[in-house]
Amino acid sequence: MEKVLLSGNEAIARGAYEAGVLVASAYPGTPSTEILENVTRYKEIDASWAPNEKVSLEVGIGASFGGARALVTMKHVGVNVAADPLFTLSYTGVRGGLVLVVADDPELHSSQNEQDSRNYAKFSKVPMFEPSDSQEALEFTRLAFDASEQFDTPMFLRSTTRISHSKSIVTLGERPAEIPRPGLVRNAEKLVMLPGNARKRHHVVEERLLQMEEWSCQQSFNRIEKGAGKVGVITAGVAYQYVKEVMPDADVLKIGLVHPLPKQLIRDFAANYETLYVVEELDPYIEEQVRAMGIRVIGKEKISICGELTPGRVRKALFGKESPAEDNSPELPPRPPNMCPGCPHRGVFMELNRAKAYVTGDIGCYTLGFLPPLSAMDTCVCMGASIGNATGICKVIPEEEQRKVVAVIGDSTFLHTGINGLMDMVYNKSASTVIILDNRITAMTGRQENPTSGYMLNQQETYRVDMEQLCRSVGVEHVKVIDPYNIALTRKTIREEMARPETSVIITTRPCMLVPRDNLDKRMPLYVDHDKCTGCKACLRLGCPAISWDEEQKKSNIDKIICVGCKVCQQTCGFSAFIEYGE
Amino acid sequence: MSDVKNILLAGVGGQGILLASEVLSEVMMMAGMDVKKNEIHGMSQRGGSVVSHVRYGGKVYSSIIPEGDVDILFSFELLETCRYLPLLRENGRVVVNNLKIAPPSVALGKQVYPADLAKEISRKFPATTVVNGLDLALEAGNPKAVNTVLLGALSKILDIDHELWLKALHKMVPARLLDVNLKAFELGRNAG
Repeated sequence: MEKVLLSGNEAIARGAYEAGVLVASAYPGTPSTEILENVTRYKEIDASWAPNEKVSLEVGIGASFGGARALVTMKHVGVNVAADPLFTLSYTGVRGGLVLVVADDPELHSSQNEQDSRNYAKFSKVPMFEPSDSQEALEFTRLAFDASEQFDTPMFLRSTTRISHSKSIVTLGERPAEIPRPGLVRNAEKLVMLPGNARKRHHVVEERLLQMEEWSCQQSFNRIEKGAGKVGVITAGVAYQYVKEVMPDADVLKIGLVHPLPKQLIRDFAANYETLYVVEELDPYIEEQVRAMGIRVIGKEKISICGELTPGRVRKALFGKESPAEDNSPELPPRPPNMCPGCPHRGVFMELNRAKAYVTGDIGCYTLGFLPPLSAMDTCVCMGASIGNATGICKVIPEEEQRKVVAVIGDSTFLHTGINGLMDMVYNKSASTVIILDNRITAMTGRQENPTSGYMLNQQETYRVDMEQLCRSVGVEHVKVIDPYNIALTRKTIREEMARPETSVIITTRPCMLVPRDNLDKRMPLYVDHDKCTGCKACLRLGCPAISWDEEQKKSNIDKIICVGCKVCQQTCGFSAFIEYGE
Repeated sequence: MSDVKNILLAGVGGQGILLASEVLSEVMMMAGMDVKKNEIHGMSQRGGSVVSHVRYGGKVYSSIIPEGDVDILFSFELLETCRYLPLLRENGRVVVNNLKIAPPSVALGKQVYPADLAKEISRKFPATTVVNGLDLALEAGNPKAVNTVLLGALSKILDIDHELWLKALHKMVPARLLDVNLKAFELGRNAG
């Protein structure tokens, strides 16, 4: 069989292919995004981006009810959005196997919280596999589809950043030659969750979990690895790798199905050890259940609940041995992420800063508008929250302060869950300003298509949501569409709309600089004419990575290799020092 | 004692670090070893500090290099090298691109870029190779081939068949850029 180096996300996509999946749906979110992008390699699978995670799960459920195997993927916080269908899907069960992949982000590398999705498995009563490397990511994906149909249940597959984005060697398998043909089959008692039907299904759910627990104790995805026999460790997921690294002599119970836990297996294993550890990332999920069985373990009193584990952190927690860390001393200037050169969001945030706006922010590249020197974001909670937050804050603050409140949201996030906030804002007559930064792409996660792009995941052309008409249709009378590269217009529009005592929406229309098909016009880079530059530093307020301060000459410089010629800096300069090459 | 070797790649988002670690991992797999590689996507790619871990040997468990076990720090930028130097083993080696990229606080004139970093690194770790990546990439014909120049320099200190590197480059570099990258690799290898 062919061996290849695959990331966890690539391996999950491959596992779905080998499992005979026909439909895949997702909303992008780090670290889960590449799963669906890799599914597109397999033409047999209908893969699409949904506007949000709830819709993607509902599409998956429909495909399953139609008789096909369906894959749905999202990041941890996406499950909060998809939780409504999820909890009832647990009752209906499936027809074709359904696997919901959730990718957690311990350490918040690219997230707003570090919630532990294993709690969702327990809460929604949906069983959960958790792989420890790419080979298991592939195998457990296949196993999850089989188990889903065998036990008539949706299944979770939980990944974490270090599983999704790590590559390791994988042996590939094959897709079955014959796949059952979907078609309509009515089964209303099982699929219409009115109270009378759902009450009966709840009993089925509880019985199913007991059966799966018993089954799981006999399966090889839960296994014991013998060491020196002195110390026992119960672990799962990526933490298993750190245990093997730091405690090579320990006996290890490696759990592959983390919900429901294989209780008898745990009891039998635990009986052998005076010293028993539970090593797990984030919450004491396994630990609490093991303790509830009356078993004494060492866990979260030593290993932090916050942040991700690493070999060094496990070593320090269990054995007190210090590990070196990267140098964060003040002499080494930090290097935070930044908006790209030519990013159309930059000028908007500079103007919001100058207007002293109170900005309720949202999730996307533009969240970087929080960082200096733009420093123009005051709140950021979750996808779509900016608009509701603006409405709420304006209900309680004095009228003169209400004029300062501006909600800022991107196109993808607006269609994800922001539109509901706008309906509420108009319906309940709030008087805030909303800026929709429409760059026609879901940029932060690596430029995925969405309903404003005009393209689908498979790059086929499609309809484009008309943002202006959409806003007008929910009742916004004042909608202004502007080019954010025009700084004077941006400034004027922001100030006018902030002053307006009614709901208003400003839509900026420049596409993301990183999407070649939307940036066909040729632009030349700029340079700074040092005879004209007075060293006033006005251009530095943009925080553009292409502009830097020359301490010796006391002038600004432009790095022409990365300058894309957006000319926003030219408009901040009062001395006409920014010149286009070729002018 | 584990036979696993650890290479930490460091630099700035956009420098081609992920492609370099991809080629390096592929080479180690072709050489018949177990390989794991690990990096963070997302936020950190927007010009932020980027690292990629590559581990290879008989059997690799953690994809994160245990802190303090880095054998080679393979770095694309001077300041980023210094950030991760404490993770290097005693007598560890450094292959570093002789390049300064100003972080935001320096570009804004609020902090200064520390002076003489290349000297400082070589003083702390005598087994340091400083490579003029950009000069060699320009000589090869494309300023973006710096990552391949650096891979060439790294290949000099790794005991891996020269042919495997070329095979991996043929496999992973787009056809229209192959000649430039092969030239860049050899220039780096001869400089290393």
